Amino acid sequence: MHEIGIIQNALELAQEAACREGASQIHRVRLRIGRLAGVEPESLQLAFEVAREQTLARRATLEVESVPIVCWCACCEQLFESDSFIFSCPSCGQISEEVRQGREIELASLEVS
Amino acid sequence: MQADTKTINIHQGILLKNDELARRIRQRFNEIGTLVLNVLSSPGSGKTALLEQTLSRLHPTCSCAVIVGDLATDNDARRLRRAGAPVVQITTGTVCHLEASMIEQACSELDLKSCRVLFIENVGNLVCPASYDLGESLRVVLLAVTEGEDKPLKYPKIFKTADLILVTKMDLAGLAGFDLEQVRSNLATIAPQAEVIYLSSRNGEGMDAWLNWIQQRAGTCRV
Repeated sequence: MHEIGIIQNALELAQEAACREGASQIHRVRLRIGRLAGVEPESLQLAFEVAREQTLARRATLEVESVPIVCWCACCEQLFESDSFIFSCPSCGQISEEVRQGREIELASLEVS
Repeated sequence: MQADTKTINIHQGILLKNDELARRIRQRFNEIGTLVLNVLSSPGSGKTALLEQTLSRLHPTCSCAVIVGDLATDNDARRLRRAGAPVVQITTGTVCHLEASMIEQACSELDLKSCRVLFIENVGNLVCPASYDLGESLRVVLLAVTEGEDKPLKYPKIFKTADLILVTKMDLAGLAGFDLEQVRSNLATIAPQAEVIYLSSRNGEGMDAWLNWIQQRAGTCRV
């Protein structure tokens, strides 16, 4: 359950950004989480509900955008999206060793006032 | 959206502080020429037994140190100290993984100038530690034969971050009905980037290959 730590870090960054903008309240927190990041969106929601108390985001909602896995096939020299954790190129079947997207753990944006 | 609300675009990594600290730690170890191995597995896969055997053979000729993380107890640290290498225990309490700041703190207790190989025995957990860069040179993930051939399929994320996968407790492979061909095939599809060594800390099978793997990467060490 490392999601609580991730949410605490996200809220810290969110509060810093809100303060820089002179905002007093955070209404919405948007995260981008890669499917390979090892972070569960459901656990993030639970953690958020606990961790947002005592912060500018205490009435905020959390939106988690799931970022698909994109790999590079060295044989076909093309990018492909993978729904499975076996990164098999749809054109040639070769297993890709190069992940180009899908490990993101990112604070994307905030809505504040 | 209410009229007076506004959107702030941030697009910043949430673990940025950890990742930046990890980069500094990696740079520092590169400069002093210490090989840092982050050793990961589920609880009970044989990390401590492997490190005990590794230290007893490696440390006499190649100075080693260990940072060991556990939720509670210093049992592993006490076992590892018997081999004579310096060991720093991190007790994480409720935290299910190690973070770069814990490594930085632990390093302040070690004499790193004389250390050629630093092992970080992570908290036994196949999920959370995968997301945290500790500044290691390479990642070693263990899979015990008693865990079953399909562990890499169930926990693909951590196996995909491995530079080396050690299949441990090979002395029990027959008793556990472990299918070697199946695990080879599973590892080739899930973790094609990783090298794989099959070993047993108990009977010594495969230990030479593992020690050679370390030696090649630690530069001047002699095993």
